[in-house]
Amino acid sequence: MTYPDAYIAGVYEHPTRLATDKSVPQLHAEVAAGALADAGLSKRDIDGYFCAGDAPGVGPLSIIEYMGLNVRHADSTDIGGSSPIAHVAYAAQAIAAGKCNVALITTAGRPRAAAEAPGSLTEIPDYPESGFELPYRPSLVAGYAMCAKRHMHEFGTTSAQLAWIKVAASHHAQHNPHALLRKVVTVDDVLGSPMVADPLHRLDCCIMTDGGGAIIVARGEIARALGRPRVRMRGFGESVKYQLGSHIDLTTTAGLKSGRMAYEEAGVGPQDIRYLSTYDSFTITVLLALEDLGFCAKGEGGRFAEDGGLISATGRLAVNTDGGGLCNNHPAHRGGMTKVIEATRQLRGEAHPAVQVRNCDLAMAHGTGGMLDRRHGCATIILERE
Amino acid sequence: MSSIDAARPSPTPNAETKEFWVAAARGELLFGDCRACGEKHYYPRSICPYCFSGEVDWPATCGRGTIYSFSVVRRGNPPYVSAYVTLEEGVSVFTNIVNCDPERLMIGQRVRLVFEVSHSGQPVAVFQPVDSC
Repeated sequence: MTYPDAYIAGVYEHPTRLATDKSVPQLHAEVAAGALADAGLSKRDIDGYFCAGDAPGVGPLSIIEYMGLNVRHADSTDIGGSSPIAHVAYAAQAIAAGKCNVALITTAGRPRAAAEAPGSLTEIPDYPESGFELPYRPSLVAGYAMCAKRHMHEFGTTSAQLAWIKVAASHHAQHNPHALLRKVVTVDDVLGSPMVADPLHRLDCCIMTDGGGAIIVARGEIARALGRPRVRMRGFGESVKYQLGSHIDLTTTAGLKSGRMAYEEAGVGPQDIRYLSTYDSFTITVLLALEDLGFCAKGEGGRFAEDGGLISATGRLAVNTDGGGLCNNHPAHRGGMTKVIEATRQLRGEAHPAVQVRNCDLAMAHGTGGMLDRRHGCATIILERE
Repeated sequence: MSSIDAARPSPTPNAETKEFWVAAARGELLFGDCRACGEKHYYPRSICPYCFSGEVDWPATCGRGTIYSFSVVRRGNPPYVSAYVTLEEGVSVFTNIVNCDPERLMIGQRVRLVFEVSHSGQPVAVFQPVDSC
């Protein structure tokens, strides 16, 4: 397999978590400027643009106009929160195909300032499934909760094991000055927080924040001239999972397929991954990903995560060392962007020293977007420090 | 059939799903059953989502099933139960469990089909425990 000669050349995570005085387009532009500065490139260098549904307007058109970009390649594929992870791969593919040289990927939003609830996607009354779901008042968290409940039933997973995922995130977030929640929490804190949808407590759920992030993917010869640490995509996989009524299964995600594809493309296995960024919309999202990505066997996710298993340096695998969506940031209800950014920091050796993985040469960023129970999309990239 | 539940949103039947909703008004829950590949599906489509054949029947379920998974949505006022129920025909449906004590529900518990009237007056299929608590 020849990998595209393309690199993550710049990343930027907006420091705000409450953007009362900013517009959504403004946030997209601010994160774009931040990633360009990180890369040492200018707006004129951008000739490809990638965004998802959080960009206001028809597909990418309005934001391209707002930022005054001059692009020859644009893509607004939306697979929920995992979109930016797929966009990194799409950008590398577009560069390899000669369609662009420098691609910009943005995510931004201000749901907190606007006091808007997540999961509004389900409120659209003319999707094919709408009539068969809306009458039952579908709740985003209840969908994930039903997956957790079934996992407990089949494998004996406990609420305390799920809570350890939040505990690990909080241990990491204490070192992140921008994290929304920096207080270290205990298993008892999670179990004592109000039940939202059984068996998920309030602290099993991700936070809601404003802000966003951006990534610059650049052609090899451009990236090499920048003098910044280079991060290269080694493998990518993408998959969509849904229920067709028969053969129901709520304990396996699309990550099983996307992960296998990414490993195959990269020619590596889970034992080679030194750091994992994985979407943590809820604690159960992480647990299922650990299993489906092969870090442990199906049903063993609880035992893998418990007792600090996901805490950097002391645990079994360093996961979401920025504090993740559970503690740090979940801008625009979309966690994929920050997953790529923290994986890039780890590979560059630019994570906080307290959470930096030693000799981090291979990392994975994995996203699970949509509704875990009904239909979701997963994207997995394996990234390498060069 | 229960009284109209103002909090229960109504479906918007279209040309493809009208038959399903007319059946619901008769007290029947339909699912898709493909004559070409033998796979069943839910929600029912005119084209089989397994093999793309148009030879799809929409039979009615016997209405008996078991809870595959569920969650009590505590933020509801009052709290309500979101669930997947696996019917005896082998098809699982996204639904609510009603007329029950949410604290006593269990995965695997036997439930039966009942209907509740949504905001517009359209009945929708829900389930309640066979040994109603």
